[in-house]
Amino acid sequence: MFNLEKIFKPKTMAVIGVSLTNDRHPANVIYNKNHLRYPVKVYPVNPKGGYIHREKVYKSIKEIPDDIDLAIIAVKSDYVPIIMKECIEKGVGGSVVISGGFAEIGKIDLQNKIVKIAEENKFPFIGPNCLGIYNPTFMDSLFLPAERIVTPKPGHVAVISQSGGILIDQMVKFKDEGIGMSIGISIGNKALIKETQLLEYFNNDPQTKVIAFYIEGFEKGEGRKFVEFAQNCKKPIVVLKSGKTEAGSKAVSSHTASIAGDYKVFSEILKQKGIIEAKNDFELISFCEALECYHRRTIKNVGIVTGSGGHGALAVDFCYNYGFSVPEIKEEDKKNIKNNLNPSIKEIASLRNPIDLTGSAVDNDFIVACENIAKLDYIDVIILLLLPYLPGISMDLSVRLSNIAHEYNKPLIAYIPHVDKYQMLMEGFELNNIPVSPSVRGAVLMAKGLAL
Amino acid sequence: MINEIIEKCKSYGWILEPYANEILKNYNIEIPEYIFTDKIENAIQFFKKLNSPVVCKVVSPKILHKSDVGGVIVGIDTEEKLKDSFLKLMKLNGVIGVIIEKMVKGTELIIGGKNDFQFGPVVICGMGGIGVEVYNDTSIRMAPLNVKDAESMLKQLKFYSILKGFRGQKGINIKKLIETLINFSKMLMDLEDYFESIDLNPVICSTDNCYVADARIILLKNN
Repeated sequence: MFNLEKIFKPKTMAVIGVSLTNDRHPANVIYNKNHLRYPVKVYPVNPKGGYIHREKVYKSIKEIPDDIDLAIIAVKSDYVPIIMKECIEKGVGGSVVISGGFAEIGKIDLQNKIVKIAEENKFPFIGPNCLGIYNPTFMDSLFLPAERIVTPKPGHVAVISQSGGILIDQMVKFKDEGIGMSIGISIGNKALIKETQLLEYFNNDPQTKVIAFYIEGFEKGEGRKFVEFAQNCKKPIVVLKSGKTEAGSKAVSSHTASIAGDYKVFSEILKQKGIIEAKNDFELISFCEALECYHRRTIKNVGIVTGSGGHGALAVDFCYNYGFSVPEIKEEDKKNIKNNLNPSIKEIASLRNPIDLTGSAVDNDFIVACENIAKLDYIDVIILLLLPYLPGISMDLSVRLSNIAHEYNKPLIAYIPHVDKYQMLMEGFELNNIPVSPSVRGAVLMAKGLAL
Repeated sequence: MINEIIEKCKSYGWILEPYANEILKNYNIEIPEYIFTDKIENAIQFFKKLNSPVVCKVVSPKILHKSDVGGVIVGIDTEEKLKDSFLKLMKLNGVIGVIIEKMVKGTELIIGGKNDFQFGPVVICGMGGIGVEVYNDTSIRMAPLNVKDAESMLKQLKFYSILKGFRGQKGINIKKLIETLINFSKMLMDLEDYFESIDLNPVICSTDNCYVADARIILLKNN
């Protein structure tokens, strides 16, 4: 029913409610950052008119000579209905209502009023009471100053969050982990556009490969609509839910009601419908990173390549905890590896699985091990515990290993401690679409994310 | 039929067991042989014809939790005991009759339905008796269920190894249980506008069948 294209990929944008005197007003923050840094053409609006930073302020959206794709509405809530009507008269494509002061403070009628206006005119809006939208290749309507927030690189994960704060936090973590974002949306009170419509849109969005949600709760019946649509989506959907614990058990009149607490229902239905649930934010990040690089698949057997026996043993434990096997490498395959290892480790390396190349391994030993494991049809994924402090490893090893993974079409997941010193090694993987985890557990979790 | 029953019971807030049984039978969910009556002659006649131990359960709009008021008497195997039990139950608050039902043996499960705020009708299945309260060994799926959903919700239970047959013990008729779950889920969808929660507790499953030995349907407050 609603066309969301212009909201998410606007070429022109009006920011309604800029202040002529207070440059820290949310509308000014949004205007300034887009005006200077993004491809979108942006127009400030304030009924008083005048100028900010030598740019003309329009008295009304209707005065703007250009067609407007997106209107950011950041005026007092009581004025939103009037402003929205003006946007509709102007033929604007849609809006993001930043303004608070609706259902969240009990003004349900006011919220219903703008929903009605929007529905009658097929005018889509996000919010109200939201932080905005971040689309790295078009615009950034988050009302936080550019110098304060951390923006991940353009990529393929859409993040849709019921909490603006969580969205910003995920952006920091995405940046940290080198995960790319196609869009980040704070949906606020989700009065009109709800999770299901967004799922529908991003399922067809060519930039998006993974759709991640932070959900506090669905409205009445909305959960059913969401999962019914999700079960037929072609892209992986990852959901992080808050409110998992129930504050005290209520006195209920039936067994069933006491067993089926809200979270248990939520979690089991997600699983029933093939939606990936992240139990915490670390899982969310790990799953998104892995799924941005690889498709979901059946994973039974993991091959582990390591430079340290302890790391290998830890990884094996995590693998079995998550339901994977770490099968022994066959004799003949071991021979192929052994024959090509450098003489100093040939006799000391353990090739059973984990393949422990020891601290004396050099670049070529990792290449040999990974290449041979990648060929094996009884190994579904390779977990590589590349320890950058080993003296025989050079900084371009990760690029060479990435190429092997792509060559043999075998998912490779790496663990590298995330410190600046090893940045080049990490980037060698990340720039080549190989996920890198900051922990051994995280690397195995990434495999789990592909297999869920 | 269902609308009539709901109309009849809505002032109580829940559906009396004989009517709940009617609804279940309408969905091919099996109830052990029973009779609902307020006449002792009928009870005796049923018992004689059945020639097998029975349970007597009070039916009263004022008694939702029957066991709490001594409203369920099990293991009745003589006419004498039947008479005593029947007369005792007929003295309970608000009684309109008694269900005399064949006692069936097997593994006890609980099957439940909840009208969830976010997801609508959902089906719950788990280990019966203390299993549900102590171990919380239960699984949940959104209704309606297909065969795959029903299978996976059973396989998820720790209790599944017992259902299948454990250390020489014979398992239950899993196919019948799956059928029961699927039929129950259809019933939940049809009752979506009326029910708040439903307990089929216990459901007694044996090598050949699954019987609902007690059913409690709680109606939504506004209906």
